[in-house]
Amino acid sequence: MTPIPLPSDPGRDPDSEPEEAAGVAADQNRGGVVQARDLSLTFQTADGPVFALSGVDLEIDQGEFVSFIGPSGCGKTTLLRVIADLEQPTGGTLSVNGVPPHEARLSRDYGYVFQAPALYPWRNIERNVTLPLEIMGISAAERREKAREYLDLVNLGGFEKKFPWQLSGGMQQRASIARALCFDPALLLMDEPFGALDEIVRDHLNEQLLRLWAKTQKTVVFVTHSIPEAVFLSTKIVVMSPRPGRIIDVIPTDFPRDRTLDTRETPAFLEVAHRVREGLRAGHSYDD
Amino acid sequence: MTIDAHAGPLPGPGLVARMFSGRSGPIAVVALAIVALWYAGALYLNAPGQIDAFKRAKTEWGVSDFVKGALAQKRPVLPAPHQVLVEMKETILDQRITSKRSLVFHSWVTLSSTVLGFAIGTALGIFLAVGIVHVGTLEKSLMPWIISSQTIPILAIAPMVVVVLGAIGLKGLVPKAIISTYLCFFPVTIGMVKGLRSPDPLQMDLMQTYSASAWQTFWKLRWPSSMPFLFTSLKVGIAISLVGAIVGELPTGAQAGLGARLLAGSYYGQTIQIWSALLTAAILAGAMVALVGVIERLVVRAMGGQR
Repeated sequence: MTPIPLPSDPGRDPDSEPEEAAGVAADQNRGGVVQARDLSLTFQTADGPVFALSGVDLEIDQGEFVSFIGPSGCGKTTLLRVIADLEQPTGGTLSVNGVPPHEARLSRDYGYVFQAPALYPWRNIERNVTLPLEIMGISAAERREKAREYLDLVNLGGFEKKFPWQLSGGMQQRASIARALCFDPALLLMDEPFGALDEIVRDHLNEQLLRLWAKTQKTVVFVTHSIPEAVFLSTKIVVMSPRPGRIIDVIPTDFPRDRTLDTRETPAFLEVAHRVREGLRAGHSYDD
Repeated sequence: MTIDAHAGPLPGPGLVARMFSGRSGPIAVVALAIVALWYAGALYLNAPGQIDAFKRAKTEWGVSDFVKGALAQKRPVLPAPHQVLVEMKETILDQRITSKRSLVFHSWVTLSSTVLGFAIGTALGIFLAVGIVHVGTLEKSLMPWIISSQTIPILAIAPMVVVVLGAIGLKGLVPKAIISTYLCFFPVTIGMVKGLRSPDPLQMDLMQTYSASAWQTFWKLRWPSSMPFLFTSLKVGIAISLVGAIVGELPTGAQAGLGARLLAGSYYGQTIQIWSALLTAAILAGAMVALVGVIERLVVRAMGGQR
């Protein structure tokens, strides 16, 4: 099992593909939670094709916390949406939990947290959190129990009967995380969940998220454009670059998992942050 | 505030100020303006008839005689408000409600077909909107017809509906209700198409991540999202249903209903009767719209309040 995938090379030799693919097939069932090989997605627009993703190779293992970081337009959200089967790739192979993304979605293998809380305003917090359970046909009693359990987990105990507008933005996003977790998916996909929140709330939620991750042992894929956030949270940082959207570096963070906000002052942290920044700079084209 | 507490209670805002901070003040002002205009109009429009009457009777007349006469004609061009109110009192309060002279009776006849037409129209409108939102080809094939249906004057369609339905044995309530339906389904369809499409992309994506069925997406997302749009449409729909029912009573020579009262009034030049029927219809429409508004408020409260 190779925890660190090869950085993608847009100019790679297609002949090298078969051996790799064979290796992937062999350990597909036990291997990574997410495995992408030469994944690409091209949108056909009126202005010509847009290469949202090109030659993406990626492997995410069980229990990892992986961040996608890059400037806007680098395809990080698109990649997450492809993993979630909300977009269809136009080339390459991808498996999620050992099956194609479509099957993974049908068997509800992942919970998705969007940029906005996307709570339904006519449902109270409890009924928002248990929406997926309702769709899966879980009994009302069990739903109530799960709501309590997961609202406690995100420190929203006691807010069951409140409506979304009665909660702050940070609380709403926590509720949406509880909603993504309540049916216990193995994989948590988060698309800039704290992007709209202020720095202080964001730091706080980052700490909470780390604790949550330690407690639940989920695999987390996290999209962000904040370097400190990515370094602070991740076990592995995937640096992406636009036009075409591609992976330019994959950086493991080998400092310990029990991090606090003070971790951000340590040399190890700064070193990784520096490497991420270098990667972003290298991938950025200044021709525009 | 606490420092001044010993100085006694602050004087509250005056009655007028309080009225104008709410809605009652502005409404009262508009109502007074309408009544004043109405009286002025009645005097002006009834003047020629009144002067003729004085001439025929060869009486001397002054301003007060003129005003008194112009506002008390038996068949005025424009009856004065108080004449209409007196007529309404006589036909609403002083009659047994089963009497053919009772406006309550006629209102009930019109109201029953209004409500039936409104119910069918709402159901039809929602049904069409659901189809249009879920089936792409339906939008292209149905929308032009739905829109052109409303460009045909209802007065042209109404007699044909009555005649055609009469030929297959449907008389009375149903043809009128169908005409109400014809008018009512339109705002409901248009409103609900917009309403059912109002969930934002993230809310729709969320349903997809749960691989929810179209049925679940409809009941748990599209339907609740469309409620504000539905109630806006229903308010238009109920008022327009009443118009449809009244129009439906005109070509049938109906014996009962507010439309029949309007028609009979115009046959016999009973302008006071016409205006009292009109005012009753207006009050009825206002009451029904208000009722829909009350239901809306209850629904909004049940759906979490803030909207």
